[in-house]
Amino acid sequence: MPFFGFRGGVHPDYNKGATSGKPIEVMPVKEGALYGVPLAQHIGAPAKPLVAKNQEVKAGELIGQAAGFISANIHAPVSGRVVALQSLPHPVSGKTAGIIIEASGEQDEILPVNVSEKFQETVLNAGIVGLGGATFPSNVKLSPPKKVDTLLLNGAECEPYLTCDHRLMLEKTEEIIKGADLIRRALNIENLIIGIEENKADALEAFGKFASSYKFELVPLEVKYPQGGEKQLIKACLNRTVPEGMLPLEVGVIVHNVGTCLAVYDAVENKKPLIERVVTVTGAVKEPKNLLVRVGTPVQDIIDYCGGFLGEPRKVVMGGPMMGFALSNLDVPMMKGTSGILVFREEDLPDLKQCNCIRCGRCVDVCPMGLIPSVMDRFVVREMYESLADWHVMNCIECGCCSYDCPSRRNLAGGFKTSKREVMKVLKAREAEKNG
Amino acid sequence: MTAAILTMLSTGFVAGLGLMIASKKFHVEKDPRIEQVGNLLPAANCGGCGFPGCAALAESIVQGKSAPNACPVLGAESAKEIAALLGLELGSNVKKVARVRCKGGRTEAPEKYDYYGPKDCHSVNMLAGGNKLCSYGCLGEGSCVKACGFDAMYMDENRLPVIIEEKCTSCGMCVKACPRSIITIIEQDKPFVVACMSKDKGGDVKKACSVGCIGCKLCAKNCPVTAIQVDNFLAVIDPDICINCGKCEEVCPTKAIKKF
Repeated sequence: MPFFGFRGGVHPDYNKGATSGKPIEVMPVKEGALYGVPLAQHIGAPAKPLVAKNQEVKAGELIGQAAGFISANIHAPVSGRVVALQSLPHPVSGKTAGIIIEASGEQDEILPVNVSEKFQETVLNAGIVGLGGATFPSNVKLSPPKKVDTLLLNGAECEPYLTCDHRLMLEKTEEIIKGADLIRRALNIENLIIGIEENKADALEAFGKFASSYKFELVPLEVKYPQGGEKQLIKACLNRTVPEGMLPLEVGVIVHNVGTCLAVYDAVENKKPLIERVVTVTGAVKEPKNLLVRVGTPVQDIIDYCGGFLGEPRKVVMGGPMMGFALSNLDVPMMKGTSGILVFREEDLPDLKQCNCIRCGRCVDVCPMGLIPSVMDRFVVREMYESLADWHVMNCIECGCCSYDCPSRRNLAGGFKTSKREVMKVLKAREAEKNG
Repeated sequence: MTAAILTMLSTGFVAGLGLMIASKKFHVEKDPRIEQVGNLLPAANCGGCGFPGCAALAESIVQGKSAPNACPVLGAESAKEIAALLGLELGSNVKKVARVRCKGGRTEAPEKYDYYGPKDCHSVNMLAGGNKLCSYGCLGEGSCVKACGFDAMYMDENRLPVIIEEKCTSCGMCVKACPRSIITIIEQDKPFVVACMSKDKGGDVKKACSVGCIGCKLCAKNCPVTAIQVDNFLAVIDPDICINCGKCEEVCPTKAIKKF
């Protein structure tokens, strides 16, 4: 299989050493601990709550019903009692509706998922969303309206620090492949390609053993951020370019994260709903770990389980350092899309003082989408959202390469991210005008 | 030489004749009052009235579609002149001003994170619901001040906007610029305003801000004319009923009611 690569990208310090050799550890459920389960852990409409206050729930019980086509089911992560239905802190929107469950002493049983004849329905019942971070409901992605010829498995894990997918690929190799095989058979896809970055040689070796028996192609990927971006991965492995504003489906490809495939396998074969996931806890914590954590566990509890902070924490990030969100509150619960919890001290952080743009063009060189961040930044600062729309800000994948490479430390990607909502309004107004 | 002069003269004559006929034939009767009213308007073309500019408003006033005092910027004197010109009666014309319904600046309302992005309130508001614990109050980046076309606003040291009422023309540009709609346009002779927008429960408000309305209803109970309603843990004074007695400001335990 040839490797085509993609334009742009950066080479940050990967810093994966602290956790890449550590096996996944299960974080036990503590009796009496509070689990805050947000109803919006995915892209799309928030789930509709199905429980009332003081109701007893079992782990795996459906507590939030998918509301609408693009939505996902939410299951109780632990057995216990519903203490309250109230708003929970959220790293992106500030606040979100949620259900708080107090864990009881008995946690042995997990209610099985309703396995239906139809593969997609089982995935919907299990509440599976894309576990790479974007949290797009998987059942929607697995119901393609067009013919798909390639299933691409994303094992790049290009974000620095994170090792959760790496560990999964080592410890659950066959299960991941079986999950991918399930998807392949259900959708009648000919090709299965698994892409893994070259810095995970042990994972490449582990998958290589199964290549002939399961008939897939294993592609070692160049070590470059954002190799794991959906569009970048398709370009690198298949040399196909996803058209502007379209999904990978347009070029006959579905991309799934390795964690999602494992969740699909667990749902179909083991009837297990998506109530826990692996999180990499690293940075300035006493014992960095790869933890299997129940959804809804507060970040504070996870950090305590890892021995607490090392030194004085300055910044706690949920997700990877390039695309994650800084937390303002340690009560934020773990969600389905949380791949990492990173703690930084003052001395770990770079100087964030912004200077003026010197027009060096480094951001243009590194942008994997071929945008011009330096010009777009001026529109962000002046709130010129019409112009921003004309310069294709909606194509920005928010990977943060431009901000990473900027010698003036300008907050480029962050500005595009926050401007997108205003730009959406502009685009909608234009659409309305066009349609009269 | 002569031929040239004759050609020029005849061309000029024919063209002039054409123009004369056109001006007679296509003559449009324009109300002279539109121009007169237009001259009395401020000619700032701020758009505060909702029309594209002063000329459009002048036309609307003469046609009777807008009131003579429809221009929010205009002083009472000029409004009277317009009314006299058109022979109309003028209703009450108390000056209106913009007022900020939030007292939670840097010292009163704690911030939940350090913000490094573009210096405008919309950007902060989109990042995890703003950088203050209170999700209703002023964000302190000064988008309203930038929007003010009359130099009537500034940010104080506590990062709260202050309106200079003498300069304020109540054009409403700051109201539109605020992502949290904390600025209101109100008659200047009603000084008492509940300077809080928080619809959270009392306990949550106390955590987020030391000068927020906790919905205790003390003001409503003490108001002699029942001008105060408390809905969603937030007191609102009805300026049409308020008699400016100041009782509510006295009893408010968090000093969320402010006298402007």
